[in-house]
Amino acid sequence: MARVKFLCDADRCIECNACVTACKNEHDVPWGINRRRVVTINDGKPGERSVSMACMHCTDAPCAAVCPVSCFYTTADGVVLHSKDLCIGCGYCFYACPFGAPQYPKVGNFGSRGKMDKCTYCAGGPEADSTPAEYAKYGQNRLAEGKLPICAEMCSTKSLLAGDGAIIAEIYKERVMKRGYGSGMWGWKTAYSDSPTG
Amino acid sequence: MPSVVSHLRSILAPLCLAFALMFAVAAPAAAQLSFKPTDQAVHEDKLLEALKAGEKVTGRITIPDRMAASLIQPAGREWRDFQRSMLPWIGGIAIIGMTVLLAAFLLIRGRIRIEKGFSGRTILRFASFERFMHWVTATCFIILGLSGLNISFGRSLLLPLIGPEAFSMLTHWGKLAHNYLAFPFMLGIATMFAVWVKDNIPSRMDWNWIKAGGGLLRNGQHPPAKRFNAGQKGIFWMVIIGGVLMSLSGWFLLFPYQAGDVTSLQIWTVVHAIVALLFIAGILAHIYIGSVGMEGAFDAMGTGQVDVNWAKEHHALWVEEEQAKGRTPAGAPPRGMPAE
Ligand code: SF4
Ligand code: SF4
Repeated sequence: MARVKFLCDADRCIECNACVTACKNEHDVPWGINRRRVVTINDGKPGERSVSMACMHCTDAPCAAVCPVSCFYTTADGVVLHSKDLCIGCGYCFYACPFGAPQYPKVGNFGSRGKMDKCTYCAGGPEADSTPAEYAKYGQNRLAEGKLPICAEMCSTKSLLAGDGAIIAEIYKERVMKRGYGSGMWGWKTAYSDSPTG
Repeated sequence: MPSVVSHLRSILAPLCLAFALMFAVAAPAAAQLSFKPTDQAVHEDKLLEALKAGEKVTGRITIPDRMAASLIQPAGREWRDFQRSMLPWIGGIAIIGMTVLLAAFLLIRGRIRIEKGFSGRTILRFASFERFMHWVTATCFIILGLSGLNISFGRSLLLPLIGPEAFSMLTHWGKLAHNYLAFPFMLGIATMFAVWVKDNIPSRMDWNWIKAGGGLLRNGQHPPAKRFNAGQKGIFWMVIIGGVLMSLSGWFLLFPYQAGDVTSLQIWTVVHAIVALLFIAGILAHIYIGSVGMEGAFDAMGTGQVDVNWAKEHHALWVEEEQAKGRTPAGAPPRGMPAE
């Protein structure tokens, strides 16, 4: 099985936010939650770079390790998913996540955050694939239909890559060789460093 | 025609000059045209290297959620490691260690008896308000403690036993209880401080009590004490300091993002967890000595009336004070249960 990952080639990202919008639309993501976002580093200075970031579907995912009810699971493709039925909205996964991926429908006190929501790599949740129940909680299950995440598919400059980690890393390295520069595989060290196989 | 050409020329000449001037002025700027995206571009590796502990790689975002501006916070992984490897050790040593210690103490020393036996006469040790305050705080503490332990260790200890659905439901209710009972608990801590602090100021007598091992180690030894002996004062201050630390750290977790961002939440959860485990271990000792560990001790918080012989053995000076105030005439007939 392939180990799927995201890779944002920041030297190509034009901060158009199409990935952000496509994601919100595809999954009917509630107000206030952005499963994907674009962060611009050194904004307005020479050499600024924009990075599109969502859940990185980490190896030995910090969110899964700290969840008090252990509601996360990793699919055979390496996608980190969770069960909204089991989630108690405690916020721990947000504290542990290096990429600020987990978000909550409410910014409440007294534990009224609501169920955690995050990027699913367009792979839905524990419900049966492509059912209305799955859509309501997690959004579209594109992976089950043999499609890649909508954000990467939408990317006009092909900055955002999704797919087999080994292949997209290879594509990125070829690009860097060809053009002679690259600002790095953003998040990869933090998300996958511990594991040689990634 | 020529007039037109000469006219044109008269316009073009200054224009050309102007262009030439512009390029001359712009010459230093030409260096910027050869700006290489490679040299000055931000690079992830350099940003990560420059990060200090607890810092994040941040930028600008165009969505309203300010927290989303944080791109990478490597500290999240350290927090995970603390939750996964450190916390079970701290919890195990504190709680299992204390339980083993108390069991060993019970085995070796046995139950501490009233040496002269029950006299049948009692003296009021804790008024009903004091007992009410104690038990409200204690009940909150037990529920807070169990639901807190469940958050940290339930997934390893309880989840495999009762299954994910039941465990999730239980943890959900536990979390709600934890959030709401925090308030009566904080009130209880504040009230206990106000009511008992005057009897808990450390004094020279406490030193002697400690040197004598509190009379806990050997029979027949009863260092004098006023209302509270050094051991009880220790428990009092542990509860106050622990309670304040728990309240403070818990407050920031109850109202997230008011004190700061995710880094401060990580720090407060660590403080909350470590103090809680030490606190629970300390309270285990308190529960032990107030129940199985010492004969006659439970009555103080149970009925509020303690046996005069117990009081004289453990709080000789306090009994004298009370008698001087005429609250318990020596040799008064046995008192029944207080009307409550
Ligand atoms: S990016 Fe965050 S939410 Fe996604 S797998 Fe990693 S730790 Fe979990
Ligand atoms: S918010 Fe939900 S998913 Fe995240 S750690 Fe808490 S229970 Fe688990």
